[in-house]
Amino acid sequence: MAWGVVTLVFFIIHLTPGDPAQIMLGESASAADVEELHRQLGLDKPILTQYISFIGGVLTFDMGASIYTGKGVVSSIFAVYPATLSLALCSMALAIVVAIPLGAMAAARKDTAVDRGAMFASLLGVSTPTFCAGPLLILIFAVELGWFPASGRSGLVSLVLPSITLGMAMAAILSRLTRSTLIETLGEDYVTAARARGASGRMVLFKHALANALLPVVTVAGLQLGALLAGAVITETIFAWPGLGRLTVEAINARDYPLAQGCVLTIALSYLMVNILVDLIYAAIDPRIKYQ
Amino acid sequence: MKRILAGKAGRVNVPLIAGAAVTSAFVLAAVFAPWIAPCSPFDQDLFGGLAGPGADHLLGQDRLGRDILTRIIYGARISLTVGFVTVGISVLLGTLLGTAAGFFGGRVDEVIMRTCDVFLAFPGILLAIAVMAVLGPSFLNVVVALSLMGWTGFARLARGQTLSLREREFVVAAVAMGATPARIIGRHIIPNLAAPLTVEATFAVAAAVVGEAGLSFLGLGAQPPTPSWGAMLAEGRQFLLIAPSLTIWPGLAIMLTVLGINFLGDGLRDAMDPKSKLRGE
Repeated sequence: MAWGVVTLVFFIIHLTPGDPAQIMLGESASAADVEELHRQLGLDKPILTQYISFIGGVLTFDMGASIYTGKGVVSSIFAVYPATLSLALCSMALAIVVAIPLGAMAAARKDTAVDRGAMFASLLGVSTPTFCAGPLLILIFAVELGWFPASGRSGLVSLVLPSITLGMAMAAILSRLTRSTLIETLGEDYVTAARARGASGRMVLFKHALANALLPVVTVAGLQLGALLAGAVITETIFAWPGLGRLTVEAINARDYPLAQGCVLTIALSYLMVNILVDLIYAAIDPRIKYQ
Repeated sequence: MKRILAGKAGRVNVPLIAGAAVTSAFVLAAVFAPWIAPCSPFDQDLFGGLAGPGADHLLGQDRLGRDILTRIIYGARISLTVGFVTVGISVLLGTLLGTAAGFFGGRVDEVIMRTCDVFLAFPGILLAIAVMAVLGPSFLNVVVALSLMGWTGFARLARGQTLSLREREFVVAAVAMGATPARIIGRHIIPNLAAPLTVEATFAVAAAVVGEAGLSFLGLGAQPPTPSWGAMLAEGRQFLLIAPSLTIWPGLAIMLTVLGINFLGDGLRDAMDPKSKLRGE
């Protein structure tokens, strides 16, 4: 899989029409300059040689240097990675804290106004892209109320608005999932048995049903962590958050191909790694699942 | 039709009707933009730059004094065209590859589904961003980038459904009668995929609208002076303090469109698969 991802990134850069060197230097560049940059980037070698050296570079953590700053691609990425990770983890925590009670409330009061309200809120959350939510949140909480800083990374307060922006869609997905798995669990025999033994409604909901319904919710939350890393591309741009997402956009806008390539690859591989980890943890905590 | 509009136990399918109403409103606005828009989307009025809402310009004017309402109406054209064209291509590509993978199995299945997995390994909009970075910003490239991202969902859905349809008696009978694979896929399998694909396609239009706006927001999609909601939001961000209407209206337009389409998808799913509602999904 990882090999597939690396190969696709290579193909996107190398087999699409358009010459990276020409695009980097602009329309007016002389043929000699383009030729020189070709040589620097190794684009003059046969495609197979380029592919092998690209794979070799990925394996040895040597992806070349940024064309503009001259700093190594890998070290540039490492420098900003913690900022993105803290944003993604904070968004995930926020999403879980909001989604599970909301979903549980909706499931416990299925088909009432509470349920419909919660599900409408979650559909609204899914339908609000980060680039809509972000500016609106800045407008309300930073500009009008002045509670939180509008951009930058300065302490915990500055994490609030970006985390809400990034976590909103995830909270919406998780609350719907909590609701549907909980409704299913509430229909199971052991829940009926607990009720028959006279356990209170709250006891049944929290101890018997929710504990069992949470497994798929936690799994999806884990899988979404990878998606959050990608979602950070737009959120970080909105809030000028100095992370991997903003670095990606800056690299692309500056036509800094080695850096952009490294960033895209890092996000995709992180996503892949998180998914594999979640699968393994899932198998470890649920004995019914076995991987061959 | 009556069956589709009625929800569980004969109740009116509210999400379907609400979603269809909102979506049609935006589609009609997009189609009739030149007739209903109060101004031209490109007409500048530098003296009215960043002016707030007024009698002449209901939602205010942007940096170059262009009418925001007009640009939002024209923006619907961009968003929905990209949405529908992208989903059209994704459905076509995904269905063909997915049914082929499910029907033939073996090597064909292996190659198609592994390719699908590689594309799926790129989270969210990242693949589209990478493709746009190389192809350069243009309307056609946005469609290409989003289609490359969108086909995988349809391929997986079509494959799964084909695997179960392949075992059904009418397909087994067609095989026994000597029908060619092309005929079986075209006449017996694809018509049976229509319902689940329609639901999936509805949600995919919403995703493509968000994708287009996201790419334009990052400056990788539609280029100025094209009125695109994402680009309008990006421009509005610079004037958040002095002209918030530049941000609020395009933001609301995107949210309403996506919400409407998602409602429509939810309603269609309930109508076509009543069990999903009973399961509480």
